[in-house]
Amino acid sequence: MSRKSNLTLIVMGLWVLALALAPTVLGNYEVRIAISIAMFTALALSWNIIGGFTGYPSFSTAAFYGIGCYVGALAQRSGVPAALAWVAAAAFVGGVSFALGAIVLRLKGHYFAIGSIALVDISRLVISSWGSVTGGGNGLNVPLLEGRPPEVSALVLYVMLGIMVLAFVTNVIVDRTRLGFGLRCIDQNEDAADMVGIDTTRYKIAAFVLSAIFPGAVGAVYASWVGYIDPTDSFDILTTVKVPVMAMLGGAGTLLGPVVGAFSFVMLEEIFWANFLEWNRAIMGAIVVVLIFFLPGGILRLDWKRILRRLSDRSKARSTDKGSAKE
Amino acid sequence: MGFAQILANGVVLGTLYACIAIGFSLVWGVLNVINMLHGSFIVLGGYLTYFAWASTGISPVIILPVVAVALFVLGYALQYLFINKVVTAPVLTTLTLTFGLDMILYNLMTVFFTATPRRVSLDYGRIDALGVSMPVDRLIGMGLALVLTGLLFLVLKTSRIGRAIVAVRMDREAAALMGIRVNHIYATTFAIAALMAGAAGAVFAMVFPVTTNLSGVFLGKAFVICVIGGLGGVSGALVGGLALGIIESFAGVIVGPQNAITIGFLIMLFLLIVRPTGLVGVKGYE
Repeated sequence: MSRKSNLTLIVMGLWVLALALAPTVLGNYEVRIAISIAMFTALALSWNIIGGFTGYPSFSTAAFYGIGCYVGALAQRSGVPAALAWVAAAAFVGGVSFALGAIVLRLKGHYFAIGSIALVDISRLVISSWGSVTGGGNGLNVPLLEGRPPEVSALVLYVMLGIMVLAFVTNVIVDRTRLGFGLRCIDQNEDAADMVGIDTTRYKIAAFVLSAIFPGAVGAVYASWVGYIDPTDSFDILTTVKVPVMAMLGGAGTLLGPVVGAFSFVMLEEIFWANFLEWNRAIMGAIVVVLIFFLPGGILRLDWKRILRRLSDRSKARSTDKGSAKE
Repeated sequence: MGFAQILANGVVLGTLYACIAIGFSLVWGVLNVINMLHGSFIVLGGYLTYFAWASTGISPVIILPVVAVALFVLGYALQYLFINKVVTAPVLTTLTLTFGLDMILYNLMTVFFTATPRRVSLDYGRIDALGVSMPVDRLIGMGLALVLTGLLFLVLKTSRIGRAIVAVRMDREAAALMGIRVNHIYATTFAIAALMAGAAGAVFAMVFPVTTNLSGVFLGKAFVICVIGGLGGVSGALVGGLALGIIESFAGVIVGPQNAITIGFLIMLFLLIVRPTGLVGVKGYE
């Protein structure tokens, strides 16, 4: 194990610890943000497995998340305990993604992108027109978690953090095993990977399923947390693009990239929500444009050494300027 | 409702759909970019037409070309300033960028125009013939959509710029070697697509109410139509548009209007898998 990958694990461990301490030292609002960060980090890490390692432009995270919301909610409404409902949602979404993956992963490039967007829309349409089970456009009430509000948010935070850690560990394992190697080969050149004996179909389906089960669980936990879900909220078109943007903001295909990206994005969003509610969407759009043009490899791939050197050169130059002015 | 009536409704809707999808198909085919801005361009065209009509009272048929030219300029600028810079990047990059630009445009529209549904109401009555009853404004809309589609077809087939677009679509490197300014052609193609979207929006506003929330719906339709018809030209959009219009019209009667959209999407997914080049598409645009 190299020193660099050890450093990655230490940084991640400290970060999880910091988020876990939030309920003991911070107020309700900050805990809510911590939950948001854990939730979107888990989603971005999940996306990373298919989008980052394999380079497939997948936009179906919102579909898995939304199906997870509904499976979790329906299970709980029929009397299944919350924890079991969350696991069931993850398992169900895993099964769904296996079946769908066999279909959409035959597509490539633009067609895969469109197919994966279509999955979000089809899931939403099925859920909203299947009113007898899902409540249709009226949405569903989900049984509330027991406990006082601060206890509930602490519980939700720990569960989300748990999912986030699992998603991270999965990324690490994928990164270090044959699977990750195979996925990177597919990213480089799928036909060549196929030719040298990598079973691309199996690898891609494995990546797709791994990228689906965590969003399924996250959706179910989210449903229990907010106590009410509806199709437009659960299958939000913005989530579709937000999650890949977060991963790309940090650095797609790296281990810490999605973590850094999700944190930065949620914080930016909080600041803009608080101050420019009406312009929220435009500001997000501007972030995307800036990301594409100025941070194409993400924050982690910036050449930090060069930036620091340039900054120190500049401050040195300034101090010598001052020195010469005095003379 | 009789068979002829459902079919007629489907055909009218289908020609409007073809008009909506043509620009999207053109950008995808020539630039290899999935343009997420397309739905908002259509809504913008509709809104501009409505506000010009409501404030001046000029016939929307005269306003339409003005709106179309305005969208042409906007499209050229967006392509030249932003999208040209990443046009050879992977799908994820171009798609995300156009989505980001769309978020900005969408936000601007909701702030300046609000989300109230707007419709240019032309009360010309109805025509009854052959057991089919059809409002006259829909027929005008259909006529305009057909004229626009035909014009684009002629431009691509006969004009210098049209030939250059087709050349770039076939082989961008070879076209550049032949002295075609590829970046200019890209920007012009995108501008023509925006023009067609704006005109389609103007036509749409004469027939149905338009709101900002429709931008996603229009974009979804464009996806479905392009996949059904196939990329590569006017014929694909026309076949796909008509097919979707007729399918939706019949599905609306059989399984209810709220499920008609799902049927369209399911057909798209099915076609994506069995025949990704579409019914009349040309192979190689992936």
